[in-house]
Amino acid sequence: MTRKDAMTQFSGEIGSVQPRRIKDFLDRFLRSRGAGFGVAVLVVLLLTALTADVIAPYDPVQFQDADVLEQPSLRHLLGTDQLARDTLSRVIHGARVSVQAGVGAVGFALVIGVFIGLLAGYYGGWVDDALMRLVDGFYAFPLLLLALAIAYSLGPGLNNTLLAIGVGFTPHFARLARGQALSVREREFVSAARVTGAQPWRIMAYHIWPNVTAAIIVQASLLVGQAIITEAALSFLGLGVEPPTASWGSMLKVGYQYLDRSPVLSFAPGCAMFVTVLGFNFLGDGLRHALDPRLWQRGVA
Amino acid sequence: MGRYLLRRIVHFVPVLFVVSLIAFTVTLLLPGDAALAMLGESNIHDKVAYEAMRTELGLDQPIPVQYAKWLGRALTGDLGRSIRTGEPVLEGLLARLPVTLQLTAMVMVLALMFGLPLGIVSALYPNSKADTVTTVLAVGGAAVPDFWLGILFIYFFALWLRVVPPSGYVPLTEGLWPNVRSMLLPALSLGMYLTAITMRQTRSSLIEVMQQEYVTVARAKGLRERVVVMRHALKNALIPVATVIGLQVGRLFGGAVVVETIFALPGLGRVAANSIFFRDFPMLQGAMLVMAVGVLAANLLTDLLYAFADPRIRYT
Repeated sequence: MTRKDAMTQFSGEIGSVQPRRIKDFLDRFLRSRGAGFGVAVLVVLLLTALTADVIAPYDPVQFQDADVLEQPSLRHLLGTDQLARDTLSRVIHGARVSVQAGVGAVGFALVIGVFIGLLAGYYGGWVDDALMRLVDGFYAFPLLLLALAIAYSLGPGLNNTLLAIGVGFTPHFARLARGQALSVREREFVSAARVTGAQPWRIMAYHIWPNVTAAIIVQASLLVGQAIITEAALSFLGLGVEPPTASWGSMLKVGYQYLDRSPVLSFAPGCAMFVTVLGFNFLGDGLRHALDPRLWQRGVA
Repeated sequence: MGRYLLRRIVHFVPVLFVVSLIAFTVTLLLPGDAALAMLGESNIHDKVAYEAMRTELGLDQPIPVQYAKWLGRALTGDLGRSIRTGEPVLEGLLARLPVTLQLTAMVMVLALMFGLPLGIVSALYPNSKADTVTTVLAVGGAAVPDFWLGILFIYFFALWLRVVPPSGYVPLTEGLWPNVRSMLLPALSLGMYLTAITMRQTRSSLIEVMQQEYVTVARAKGLRERVVVMRHALKNALIPVATVIGLQVGRLFGGAVVVETIFALPGLGRVAANSIFFRDFPMLQGAMLVMAVGVLAANLLTDLLYAFADPRIRYT
């Protein structure tokens, strides 16, 4: 059986990344509630992050010619913070940090986690045992606590923060990839590949990975929102990006200190975060509906 | 069942070992010098005292030896002394544990109190107005960051309506109601996510169960719909709900780190957060260990409950 045959034969199965036609996939995706909203949020977020320098009305770290903690006005639509910086501009620039943290952390976890999971699932035996106990160990720690400790050990900065969150997310991908790999490795097309003398890495990359992708994509889109919240929580606690860089979490930290005088400082970054996470959750649900045949059959959505 | 139990407990041991290794390694990597921290500001230039302190803390020994000694002591319940307060770590953690456990318990009660009935209603009347409202609540509740919700609650209930104090903890010794009242906002903000996913899980698993043949049989027998749902369908539908809730303990502990900080609750979470900022390594190690063991225990309990509730599950 060639690789293409195998792909066609199993294309309808759970975990396959290739629905019969792209159109079917889009149909199912767009029919699921909120998927359009999810895409819209993603697009707006990415555009905001990319063009922050252009669309932000003021420099996010520059003190403005205004009072500190000014209330919203036409000049400063969301008012100013405790150092007279424009809140709206800081929310816009904060999108950058969130996008980087979300995508970076999930990307790191995906690469490492899927690698571990495929190894464990493909080889089984003691390799599986050793790797999965390691993964279980990391999984036992509450994500935020582990990320907090790692972020602090590594020192401040966005890269260290997303690494810390990524380590915390790795078990999710490892477990998922292992489970899928376990169920795929006994299939005929994998045995066939093995008989033809394919190397293990080749089997993993060309035969097992395509069958794992769908589940991984869904998981990834759902975790981006969690990564953004976790980054904000770390910044709120004083880790994460260093001042004066604007991030939604560090803005909330300031907003919390001045809650009685200027609640808009807390509302604005929080709302941005809420809508973003909402968008990614919708996106993930939509992808799941489009990629998971179990849900089409049941008719519940 | 007995063998399954045994296997699960045997499985527990290597994971615990890995957990201890991670807790030890992470704190090893933390910036700063424990011996210097122990000495305090005044003796910072005293070379002799510094070396003595390093020897006393065992820091002059190779790292594997340090780990083995630390693990050996940890197994007997000796997690060292807090650098900041000097109190034994285990004692300090156990004193704060009840606050976090109470918070977690209140969150679960809230999730069951609101999540279950709403999930049931929307499962029984899919695509009704009630279902739409519930789904919107569930989707929103799952997306709202718990600590932001906490800040909003403080603003609306404490600063604006002034019905509760903004933060602070009232111990149980001062009465049940004052105690519960001081924990209500933290529990609500931490519990929103769990309530939302309880709602969602209840809805989807009840819908699935209601399509099964035995439910049709129960209806055909002429049982009232109430009895069919409450006595027949719900029993099976709740198994996955219980699993989902049980597996969220880790998330709740993590959320407690920041929610307890916002509301100034003297629980494990706040101790963990503070120990990082005060460079209190033994306390951080201890808090990580206690929380991870708590999560493992909760997961084990959930698995066992699951196996007990659903005899179809075979343990291989």
